[in-house]
Amino acid sequence: MDPNYKIALLENIILMAAMLLGTLATAMLRQFIKAAIALAFTSVVLCILMFKLAAPWAAVFELSVCAGLITVVFISAVSLVRPATEEERAAHVRFKVRRYFLLPVVLLAVGCGLSYMPVRPLPLLATTELVTDMRALLWGPRALDLLGQILVLLAGVWGVVILFKEET
Amino acid sequence: MNLIALFMPFGIFIALMAVVGLYCLIVTRDMLRILLALEIITKAVTLLLIVGGAISGQMALAQTLVLTLIVIEVVVMVTAAGIVIAVFKHTGTLDVRRLRSLKG
Repeated sequence: MDPNYKIALLENIILMAAMLLGTLATAMLRQFIKAAIALAFTSVVLCILMFKLAAPWAAVFELSVCAGLITVVFISAVSLVRPATEEERAAHVRFKVRRYFLLPVVLLAVGCGLSYMPVRPLPLLATTELVTDMRALLWGPRALDLLGQILVLLAGVWGVVILFKEET
Repeated sequence: MNLIALFMPFGIFIALMAVVGLYCLIVTRDMLRILLALEIITKAVTLLLIVGGAISGQMALAQTLVLTLIVIEVVVMVTAAGIVIAVFKHTGTLDVRRLRSLKG
């Protein structure tokens, strides 16, 4: 095997392991602020992986929107709800052990199962033509996606306006 | 070497991330934690799309789809966070077990 390929593979595995740790921290940390920061860390590592896989546009959006905006949204939401009482914190720790004890077993089973799974080439769908420029693709054949994105954004803004409308 | 075999480690880690997200979604009763679990699953899907683009050589198409996914993800998260806050204002709790207003 090519040594450069080995190094790249090792880098990718380290990054993906970091990402998995970030997701575990997001799922299991008690304080929401720390969980939101762990999620932002996961997004940053995903962004680095995207750059390494030659997807710079998606990486930039992931970094600015997911690692930035969504973290801010979560922290804002956390600051608007009541902090947990001592009793709730104690109950959370008690239940966390009971609820999450199966997770390592499930992860190990899935990981081992997939590692020993025979690798078969997947049939890829035939495409009409290969477009390498993302901008040409986004403003050309996928232009309808942009219209959908605009509509979804408007629906989201409208939903938030309705939710926070002062009752008269 | 087969391209699928080259990207196999990605597949395993993506599956593990999705499992963590699904597990958290199943066991948690906190509405904000449910949103975090959805985010974890979305991250796994985002990486899956990019890896799919790298395997098929259609990276431009994959990036376009990821862009759309990110926009939808943000809108869903913002609206869901708004709903969570509104529910908290009405009920004073984030525990889904205590949301019984619509129970028949």
